[in-house]
Amino acid sequence: MKSAVLVFPGINRERDMARALKLASGQESTMVWHAETSLPKGTDLVVVPGGFSYGDYLRCGAIAARSPVMDAVRAFAADGGLVMGVCNGFQILCESGLLPGILMRNAKLKFLCHDVHLRVERSDTAFTRGYNAGQVIRVPIAHGEGNYTADAETLKRLEGDGRVLYRYCSPNGEVGDMHNINGAAASIAGIVSEKGNVLGMMPHPENHVEDIMGCTDGRGLFAGLVEHLERAA
Amino acid sequence: MKARVTVTLKNGILDPQGKAIEGALKSLGVDGIASVRQGKVFDIELAGADKAKAEEALKAAADKLLANTVIENYRVEVL
Repeated sequence: MKSAVLVFPGINRERDMARALKLASGQESTMVWHAETSLPKGTDLVVVPGGFSYGDYLRCGAIAARSPVMDAVRAFAADGGLVMGVCNGFQILCESGLLPGILMRNAKLKFLCHDVHLRVERSDTAFTRGYNAGQVIRVPIAHGEGNYTADAETLKRLEGDGRVLYRYCSPNGEVGDMHNINGAAASIAGIVSEKGNVLGMMPHPENHVEDIMGCTDGRGLFAGLVEHLERAA
Repeated sequence: MKARVTVTLKNGILDPQGKAIEGALKSLGVDGIASVRQGKVFDIELAGADKAKAEEALKAAADKLLANTVIENYRVEVL
């Protein structure tokens, strides 16, 4: 799996992401600076990592979404290439128009930094095939703006088309207001694009991939991507 | 030429920051506050003198970057 990790000023999770990608695929990923106008030849997966691009000025991800490299990412996605955005990366993908909706301030206004449980809604996608449908995984979050919002019609379409892949839940997999840590519409933690090749999620699966991290629940996502690409090859 | 772009949240979009400010104003004893919605103001200096062109440029600026029209409305004024 040849992966490209985008780097914007203020991004700080790119190395965690590269480490998780290497662990899953055995291959080093390429760091791609935001001012580039093309992606490395043969890229299988583009990852937009977490952090605070441009200090979250204007709106989270708004300025990064308009940088030169994002035109290349849009073209890559239009060709069916796999794109994954985590945390600030999810915000950037929403601002760039690759995913619908927007991430608003957490409902209780607090920056949240702790583990959460996620319910994997389906397993037949590139981004979830390492899990079973209904499986509950534990991964960390670290965000102040993760409250997913979209207009009613978009939400209906996301649900109807099965494009909600990850939802905040209890350790037993129950979804409800009590477990919806940031107030996101329908407890949404991660969604995919219409064609299913662009994922955005607030939690950080790359931070739960090694025993030393205390949990390896995030591995399935990366292993699933590797498997998906091997099957497609 | 000076201009101002005002960006406000659309009706029905939850504004937790506005709500917090509203609560703070009430606890300060400022009378008669019914509700608060927070927005943004951009004061922009324009190079040319053509008002119509300026308005067009400001509208493009707001659509492309200053506002996210999923949740926000904007108003452009050439002053």
